[in-house]
Amino acid sequence: MNSVIEKRIELKAPVSRVWRALTDYREFGEWFRVKLDGPFAPGQVSRGRITYPGYEHVKWEAVVQKMEHERLFSFTWPHPKSLDKVDTALDYSGEPSTLVEFRLEKTAGGTLLVLTESGFDKLPGDRRLEAFRRNDGGWTEQMKNVENYLANYVSENHVAQKP
Amino acid sequence: MSHRSRSSVAAKRRRHAFVFAALGDATRLSLVAKLCRGQPRSISQLTQGSKLTRQAITKHLRVLESVGIVHSVRKGRESRFEFDPEPIGGIKEYADFVSEQWDQALSRLKSFVED
Repeated sequence: MNSVIEKRIELKAPVSRVWRALTDYREFGEWFRVKLDGPFAPGQVSRGRITYPGYEHVKWEAVVQKMEHERLFSFTWPHPKSLDKVDTALDYSGEPSTLVEFRLEKTAGGTLLVLTESGFDKLPGDRRLEAFRRNDGGWTEQMKNVENYLANYVSENHVAQKP
Repeated sequence: MSHRSRSSVAAKRRRHAFVFAALGDATRLSLVAKLCRGQPRSISQLTQGSKLTRQAITKHLRVLESVGIVHSVRKGRESRFEFDPEPIGGIKEYADFVSEQWDQALSRLKSFVED
């Protein structure tokens, strides 16, 4: 099974304007709410930090895939394990990722933007636990307790294990 | 909210309640901790370093299996157990969560380019 997210949105702006908002790293950062370290380039890792209020400690990391001028912009990104913790030591390389694609089409009124994100079936369980925790308010606290417990257990267990 | 989605939420809550009941035990939680990030493990591997017997560990694994959070897979003559997050956070739930984030981001993009 592979859940795919697809969004279609009509924008009252020329394709060139939308292309710039997507692919200029400063403009992308404005609406996406991320402060990126540098420009996007195909095959390159893009790094930054989320600027969304309350999530400033979350790292942003993606690998730019395609930049077909005014037609297609795509990147892959791993989903953070937890949005609550500062995870500076986390190395995303080699992590399963989802693929995000923005496709642009000229319309009479401006631009049709089609966004797809695919590959959720490859993400490890702990990413999904995070989403579950966020989606289902009633269980939030309890799930947090389970997570804390697991985190402590794993670290204690790690220390306790002798060769 | 429609009646239908309300009852599906109720069914989901009930299912979650069973999962949490199964997790409400230190031994079982520690088994999940061992399984939730990594390779499937055999009963002997899971018994290692524990004061409990093989039989006791097996019993706890069966409880986790009964709510679907752990599955056993046969490998040769041995059963191995693996973690399955589906009952608590399925792929669909996760995609729904991400989908909501995109709705918000795209509406910010819309005001950004249309202004």
